[in-house]
Amino acid sequence: MRGLSRRRIRTIIAKELQMYRRTGSIVVTMSIIPLVFLIQPVVSALTTSSAAAVSIRHHHELLYMLAIPALVPSMLAAYAVVGERQQGTLEPLLTTPLRREELILGKALAVLVPAVVLSYLIFAVFLAIVGIFAHPGVPSALIHGSDVLAQVIFTPLIAAWSIWIAMAISTRATDIRVAQQLSVLASLPTIAVTTLIAFNVLHPSLRLAASLGIGLLVLNRVAWRLVSMLFDRERLIVGTRT
Amino acid sequence: MRADRRDHGAPALAVSGLTKHFGERIAFEDVTFEIAYGEVFGFLGPNGAGKTTTVRTLGTLIAPSSGTAAVAGIPLAPDNGVKIRRRIAIMPESPGLYDRLSVAENLRCFANLYEVSAPGERIERALRSVRLTDRAHDLCGTLSKGLRQRVALARALLSEPQILFLDEPTSGLDPVARREVHELIATLGRGGVTIFLTTHRLEEAERLCDRVAILNTRLRTIGQPAQLRDRLFAKALTIRTRAALCDPDRVFSDLPAVERWSGDSDGSYLVSISDTEAAAPAITRALVAAGADVLSISESYHSLEDVYLELIDEDTEALRR
Repeated sequence: MRGLSRRRIRTIIAKELQMYRRTGSIVVTMSIIPLVFLIQPVVSALTTSSAAAVSIRHHHELLYMLAIPALVPSMLAAYAVVGERQQGTLEPLLTTPLRREELILGKALAVLVPAVVLSYLIFAVFLAIVGIFAHPGVPSALIHGSDVLAQVIFTPLIAAWSIWIAMAISTRATDIRVAQQLSVLASLPTIAVTTLIAFNVLHPSLRLAASLGIGLLVLNRVAWRLVSMLFDRERLIVGTRT
Repeated sequence: MRADRRDHGAPALAVSGLTKHFGERIAFEDVTFEIAYGEVFGFLGPNGAGKTTTVRTLGTLIAPSSGTAAVAGIPLAPDNGVKIRRRIAIMPESPGLYDRLSVAENLRCFANLYEVSAPGERIERALRSVRLTDRAHDLCGTLSKGLRQRVALARALLSEPQILFLDEPTSGLDPVARREVHELIATLGRGGVTIFLTTHRLEEAERLCDRVAILNTRLRTIGQPAQLRDRLFAKALTIRTRAALCDPDRVFSDLPAVERWSGDSDGSYLVSISDTEAAAPAITRALVAAGADVLSISESYHSLEDVYLELIDEDTEALRR
């Protein structure tokens, strides 16, 4: 963070959040996609009888919802650079003393914060529905302490990873729609892994969780620099490689 | 507005042999000039001449292929981008405002990016200088093109830059909005702000600029508009008489100040001269002595447009050859 201006990063975050609030389609998209990922676990939990609760003791339905932080931020992050470029607002931004690392970090944090808050909120809603409406015995069979912890820890890590991939695409794409489609595609492997764990195809263990957690932490740190390097002012302004 | 005349005599902009290629294509080549602090400098040229690319290069948005430059006293180098951008402001041709934010919100965002102290006061001052105080809370998406240009100009003024780059600031504006922007630029110029104005509106450059340069990939000429006219065109008098002279060659050729003349049968003559003040009275006397009824004698005026067209035509001819 040496040499970077917190004030400029905060300014980018504030500007982005202001723009989200005033763009109805962003709020709607951000709200609907997570609800889709809530349906399957809720239906599964509410249709499981008390007698069948024992059989789901080894399921990890909660981890299925890690698809939310993988998918939701990718759409917004994909818009981050190419959107500014297409609207003609990128050039004025780049004429200021703003560094590319500050711009990238500010934009990433502006996506990360609402994505994580929303993911936690949906997760809390799921826990509340299961706790209140599921048959007796189902909540204790379905909700494991380790899964809740995994959800809390992996949500920001997965969201950040998804954001970096989408922003890398956004710095190179020339069209918003292409950037968003590619970003959604790029988030599918993450969703596949969480789904395979949720359905017990991959068996979660402390070792796997620690490896994935540390791996994502390192990747996220490196990705910020890599995406900043991909942010080529000249290419973005004149459409020609340096 | 602050008048920065720093470094005691050092130029605000010093450009030497600056060149930018995009692969095989030359954007501009071997451009050399200097601009003093407080000067309003016009950068003219046809579309595709490299004006905008020059501004972007000097504004550290893109890197030059070769050559050197110092912007506000700082050498143009990759490591100096932030330092240079702190001292300058660029108003691109397209305002690039956030339509969903209000005028004040747009300005606040940029004031914070420049890390100005007391941003509220600066925003108020910038809005006052472009006469937009009453529109501060309007969403930018609802503004007319002229108003958007004014907001973009206010944004460029926020950091009180040492050098203000204005890239086609009146492009697409109606005459009233254009006049307002002209007045703003003139006020800034009088206030001592160094202005680098790119335009292809020649009357705009002639009206606003202390000096102009004409770029057509290469720098074709540079100087004060009047100097450029003198350099490119001979001085001439346009004469009208009631009837054609019987022997015009005898009348004009005997006068030492006359270099050459041309005329037609209806009594109109164009006389090239070396010195207007010496030639005009002598020609008048000679015409009267020859019995001519003189209707008018006036100095031929060559506009900056004539200079521009002459140079660009030369380039076009050279390309054809």
